[in-house]
This record gives sequence, structure tokens and C-alpha cells, in this order.
Amino acid sequence: MNSADIAVDVHGLRRRYGERTVIDGLDLRIRRGEFVVLLGESGCGKTTLLRALAGLDAVDGGRIDGPRQPAVVFQEHRLLPWDTLWRNVALGLDDATGRPLAEAALAEVGLGDRLDDWPRNLSGGQAQRVALARALVREPRLLLLDEPFAALDALTRIRMQGLVKQLVARHRPGVLLVTHDVDEAVALGDRVLVMRAGAIASEYAVPPQANTHRAHPDAVALRERLLGELGVASDALACA
Amino acid sequence: MSSLPFSPAVPAGAAAHHAERARPSPRRLSAAALLAISWLAPALLVLIWELAARAGQVSPQVLPAPSKIAATAWDLIQQGRLISDLFTSLLRAATGFVIGGSLGFALGTAVGFSRLAEALLDRSIQMVRAVPFLAVLPLVIVWFGVDEGGKIFLVSLGVMFPIYINTVLGIRQVDPKLLELGKVTGLSNGQLIRRIVLPGALPSILAGVRYALAVAWLALVVAETIATSSGIGFLAMDAREFLRTDVIVLTILIYAGIGVLSDAVARLLERRLLAWHANYAAGGRR
Repeated sequence: MNSADIAVDVHGLRRRYGERTVIDGLDLRIRRGEFVVLLGESGCGKTTLLRALAGLDAVDGGRIDGPRQPAVVFQEHRLLPWDTLWRNVALGLDDATGRPLAEAALAEVGLGDRLDDWPRNLSGGQAQRVALARALVREPRLLLLDEPFAALDALTRIRMQGLVKQLVARHRPGVLLVTHDVDEAVALGDRVLVMRAGAIASEYAVPPQANTHRAHPDAVALRERLLGELGVASDALACA
Repeated sequence: MSSLPFSPAVPAGAAAHHAERARPSPRRLSAAALLAISWLAPALLVLIWELAARAGQVSPQVLPAPSKIAATAWDLIQQGRLISDLFTSLLRAATGFVIGGSLGFALGTAVGFSRLAEALLDRSIQMVRAVPFLAVLPLVIVWFGVDEGGKIFLVSLGVMFPIYINTVLGIRQVDPKLLELGKVTGLSNGQLIRRIVLPGALPSILAGVRYALAVAWLALVVAETIATSSGIGFLAMDAREFLRTDVIVLTILIYAGIGVLSDAVARLLERRLLAWHANYAAGGRR
């Protein structure tokens, strides 16, 4: 594979907190334009992995070959309350080139008419859309999403998932989405990884029809298997 | 019983219900009326004062009439003394504020950012702060005599600490999640400070500025009444020699007026600089 097609390549990553090994010899490769979802129970190390890729935490071993500065969207929007929306999106770019780029990015997430508004006037979903615009404005090679929809209501979450899918198809970064939500994983992912005890325990390719049709037999079957992987036995759902 | 027109059993509940409905209506005063009252009350007080003085109820030696004070103010303005003394005082306060404020801000920024600077400076600053700054007045007079330096020094000393403390506090309180965001956005240290740390610390710093303005006046009043040969405080001390109560009261009113004015400036500053903050935005707080 051409190295320009690779968003990030992780070899034998290791991370310890004191005695406890949180990530233990993890390998991962994400191609540009590929949407990878990382599922796992709380404490399995998936957020640790994302923070290591983001350059926020040091690693104790292994190698990460990827962009020095991937874009990150967190669970909270983390907008600067003292900057208008366009200045939030253009954070880190210089004002002259930043303004038109921010305008375009905000228009893409449907907030093109709110350039000079303050973050405090936004709903949770709108704020998260601005955070998404801020992440994409630099055309990142790698986009890290840390449960970005977890704090949103169910309807807003579905709309946001659609928007993310569409934006990723257009900008084609490699994506790593960390989530608890099996439905979300099946709806968005090209590939779903299940993480357990600091390593990738299993990997599933998601058939394209499972992305688009919730009720497709492939989607249903994959959800079942993933729930099983996460320790939720399917007979626990039998009554549903 | 229950068929009687005024049977107590039924109307008891109905009456209570009625009372509940009626409660919000009795004469709610509009915001404009309340504002008018808040200004009329002190105006009335001044009027009573004037009438009492004219009726001879209050000796002019104790408290001269407001009209007498106004006349005195006019006289002093025409002699050119009031304006020049006022200007002298304002200049002292401003100079002291700028020096003390810059020093407090610079030290606060250093200590807020660097644990090393904190270890080096903070304990000493806190020790000096524990001294009531007016207690050093005799020392200041020995050092500076009745020169300008002493007054400016005293004002600077008083202003420095509130600004220092609020700057450190403001910087320490900046949301670490926003700092993390700055890091993943690839901001340089300079950009991090300019775009995230200082704006985040600004509400706290401005609260310090507001408090420091009050301290500056206090320091100036004390300094000017003890060792000086010009300024508003000197005007008051000079008047004391001649038992000119009207001039003394005038200087007190001027100090009060400037205090109110400086607080208004501080508020305006807050409203302009913190427009993003829900609590400070126009209409968000009065």
C-alpha cells in the first residue's frame, strides 16, 4: 500500500499506569477515508489509545506513524466561550486565511448564518457541529472522535451521525471513533474493532448495506455479535 | 346546612383559591418606577438637609447646607484651585494604579504559569501582603517625605495585591479541557496564552481591577491627608485649619463621586470585555 494512503499506523503500542498495563502491544492501521469504530467496555483502554494518538498522553513503548497533529472532537464541545463561532473554528489559523475557511466549514455543518454568534447561544447539537467544523477546517489526515455524540439526545445524535458520515465521505480523513454504542458502530463504521484488556480482541468488516439500513439482516446479525463480544448475551435481549 | 348561601364549608376552599389568584396583582411597581424611587430617595434626603440647615436646625460649623457647598465649589473652581488639586489627585491615583497594577499583573502571570516562579515569589508576596499597607505610612514619609513618590508608592502597594491575587487565581482556574483542546489544535505557547489562558482569566482579573480601584482611592485619601501640599486631601486639611466645614464636606463628596465614577468605568470595562459571558452581557446583569 502506498504510504500516502495511510492515515495512521500503530505498532506494538504499550501504555502503563503504575503497575497496571492499559494498552499492551496494540497494532492498528487506518487508511485515509476509512471509518474505524473502536468499541469496548469502560476501562478497556480505548480512550487511552485515542489520547495517545492525539499526542495528549505519552506512550511507554511501540511506535505511532501518523500526523503529528490529528484533529480531535471530544465528548464535550470545548468551544472557547469568549470567541465567536468563526474564531473558534479558525483557532490556530491566522485571521486572514482563517476567516474564509471557517465560513466554509460552518456552512458545511449548517451554521453558515451564525458566524459572529457566541457559543453560549447554541444548543448541544449545534455546539458539537461547530466542534466538528473546527476539526475538519484543517483537512486532517486523521480524525479522532471521542464519544462525540454521547451527550446528545437521541434524535440529535442520529442527525449528527448522518452529518459526520457525509463530511467524512467528502473530506476523506482516516477516522477513529470511540464509542459504547453498538448501533452507532454499525451505522457509521467501515470496520469495527472490539478492544479488550488493552488489545484489539476482534475485528469486523461492516457490509455497506448494514450502514444504510438499520433493519437489514446483516446489520441485525452484526449488532448481535458485537453485543455478544461486549458481554451482553443475546438471550438477555430475547424478550425485546 | 350546605344549601345555605354562606355556608362556611364550601367557601373556605373557594376563598383560599380566590386569595391565591389575587396575590400577584396588588400594585406591582414597574422597573422605571423603582428606578425613579431609587434616585428620588437620596434627592429627598438632600432636600431635607438643605431645609434643616436653612431653618437653623443644623449649625453651619457642623454641616453646611448643600447650596453653600455648591457655592464653595464654584468659588474654588473660579480660583482655579479645585481643578488643579483634583487633577493632581487623579494623576497620583492613575500613576499609582498603572505601576501597581502592571506589577501585580506581571507577578501574577509569572506565578500563575510557572511553579518555579510560584516557589520563588509567592510566599514573600503573601508575607508582604499580610502587612496592612497603611501601616507602612510612617516609613513611607521617612523615605519619601511629602514628595509625590510617597503617595504613588502607597497607591501602587495597595493596588498591586488584589490584581496579583486575582490574576494568579484566574490563570489557575482556566478550564484544563480547553488547554487540552489548544494542544490538539497545535497552538504555540504564545497562542495558548493569548487565545485561551488570558481570556479565561479575564473575569477574575477584572474583578481584581474593580477592587483595586477602591483600594487606590483609600490609599490616596490617607496619603494626601497626612503628608502633602497639594491635591484634594490637602484641600481638606487646609480647610480644617480654618474650620471651613463646607470645603471639607466638598472634598468628601468629590472622593465619593470619583469612587462611583471609577466603579462605573470598571463595570463598563467588564461589559465590553466580557460580552461573551452570559452574566455580563448587556441586560444580563444590572
